[in-house]
Amino acid sequence: MTGHGFQFRSRVVTLLRDHVDTDQIIPARFLTTTTKQGLGEKLFNDWRYAKDGTPRPDFPLNQADPAVSRVLLAGEDFGCGSSREHAPWALVDWGLRAIVARSFADIFRNNALKNGLLPIELPEEPHRQLIAELERDPAAEVVVSLQAEELTLPGGDRVAFTVDPFARHLLLEGLDELDYLRTFADQTVAFEAQR
Amino acid sequence: MTGRTLYEKVYADHVVAQAAHGRDVLYIDLHLVHEVTSPQAFAVLAERGLEVRRPDRTVATMDHSIPTKRTDGKLQILDEAARSQLETLSRNCAAHGIPLHAMGEEAQGVVHVIGPELGLTQPGMTVVCGDSHTSTHGAFGALAFGIGTSQVGHVLATQTLLERRAKTFRVTFTGRAPDGVSAKDLVLAFIAKVGTGGGAGHVLEFGGEAVRALSMEGRMTLCNMSIEAGARAGMVAPDETTFAYLKGRAQAPKGADWDAAVARWSALPSDPDATFDREITLDASALTPRVTWGTNPGMGVGIDEPLPAPGDAKDATEKAAREQALAYMKMEAGKPLLGEAVDVVFIGSCTNARIEDLREAARIFRKHRVKDGTRVLVVPGSRQVKGAAEAEGLDRVFTEAGAEWRDPGCSMCIAMNGDKIEPGQLAVSTSNRNFEGRQGPGGRTILASPPTAAAAAVRGAVADPRELLR
Ligand code: SF4
Repeated sequence: MTGHGFQFRSRVVTLLRDHVDTDQIIPARFLTTTTKQGLGEKLFNDWRYAKDGTPRPDFPLNQADPAVSRVLLAGEDFGCGSSREHAPWALVDWGLRAIVARSFADIFRNNALKNGLLPIELPEEPHRQLIAELERDPAAEVVVSLQAEELTLPGGDRVAFTVDPFARHLLLEGLDELDYLRTFADQTVAFEAQR
Repeated sequence: MTGRTLYEKVYADHVVAQAAHGRDVLYIDLHLVHEVTSPQAFAVLAERGLEVRRPDRTVATMDHSIPTKRTDGKLQILDEAARSQLETLSRNCAAHGIPLHAMGEEAQGVVHVIGPELGLTQPGMTVVCGDSHTSTHGAFGALAFGIGTSQVGHVLATQTLLERRAKTFRVTFTGRAPDGVSAKDLVLAFIAKVGTGGGAGHVLEFGGEAVRALSMEGRMTLCNMSIEAGARAGMVAPDETTFAYLKGRAQAPKGADWDAAVARWSALPSDPDATFDREITLDASALTPRVTWGTNPGMGVGIDEPLPAPGDAKDATEKAAREQALAYMKMEAGKPLLGEAVDVVFIGSCTNARIEDLREAARIFRKHRVKDGTRVLVVPGSRQVKGAAEAEGLDRVFTEAGAEWRDPGCSMCIAMNGDKIEPGQLAVSTSNRNFEGRQGPGGRTILASPPTAAAAAVRGAVADPRELLR
């Protein structure tokens, strides 16, 4: 994804709920893991599977193919609740690369960006338009471009979005925040010395 | 120069350097660690051959996935994944020289309970933990916030974080809260007012007569739930109540250091001419005990108020959210929750499992027994809280009333350790989150204060604690 301006074409999984909290994205009982891998299987577990473990056919994720659906469309305040980074890990492990929503919870937005998952916040009007276009054709595709900070709707309309410039820089360059932070080691030593 | 807020002072004191794109490199004074959000961070350090920069500013505990129930008199870890996670924490702490309060040890407890009680959390500090309720520590006038696992790695390796200045939001509670109305009710009323996203991008500062009158326990409850309004953090200005709580605690400054610290801390409160980006005032004297009826902490009402109708919502999305919540909770709009039959009562969590919370609940259990058929768990927040409660005989008050008395841990707040409610069951809980399935798949949660939870235990139904306190 990086190196190409973080640009891709994708179908959209539509999950039009507000306040999708991280307990729904990945329920707490799956947090006893010590790795990041394999969480995609548990993504939205309690909505996605019936009590006996069989997938619920009406749940949007069960109708989608991760190979072609890398964008999730949600409502307001996506990712509220617990700060667990397991939530973006699970979304990414399933195959998602961007979440389009009306708004995001702060911690989730930060956690997502640190894991190569793009949170795209849309104003009401284009959000509604995207829903309408997907209702007409659920297999329609959008184009996400982080380089241009632009989402191209299936009908061809282009909608601008903004991503925190620092996070954008790191994502486009394939850089890592920890490496960047470590360049301040000398200043940190000086800061500690003068306290 | 115009005055500065408490938040602005603490933030400015910790800026190591300015970074690109409006970021600051912020120094972290105290890093709290627990088993769930740390293994992948330690793994990153191992991959890159990095050390923990300041193990002396790092403290670990076990809380989320440990058992709180004794089997044959012992705490036994029955879940293999949980055991491996706990062992991973022990190994990581040993390898890096990080003090660990392991299960069963004297100072162990829920991370946000032990930080303050050990005197680790102090005014003017920056405190972080891979846990959203780190906001609890803001009760001391510290800047305390939750971080993700990547950032846990950043702090372990560098003792710093990349941060951006937040906006400021003053929340003033005028008047005094009536008897039976606690800090939990104050904060639930605030969240219902502004919504779960109402504090986004802001750091809250709680103040006003009702907040000044709160104990440190109450202030911690208030700040604990800042995050449920979407805020980055919540703070209360340090004062005599703060200093009295800290004095003599294990890690608090001693002797001449104490006097110097108090002088420093006394300069932290917001200047009189400081301005906030946002302000709101609520009248504490007009509040009644609160309960939530829906599936986020903002969906709450006064205990005798009718549940709001979806038709009265401000827009279509709120209407849909209300409909969904009412359907999940099997609740009816237009009726109050009073009298709704309850299966389980949970008194615990980093919101309400400190000694004062247990005393508040015990006030009711001293006079009334748990209703037959209602399951009641009382889970102290830490081993110190457990010890203090037992020294006062509160454990016997609970058990003689018909409640279970447990060992400390997160327990049914997050249902990671086997303590959970069954599908469809309704719980009144003193914890902080009523999301779908938070206390067990299919479970339904009503958030409330310790007295309201105790009243529900006694009646076997949602009940007004003021009636039982008389
Ligand atoms: S008690 Fe609940 S909210 Fe607090 S740290 Fe534990 S799981 Fe999180």
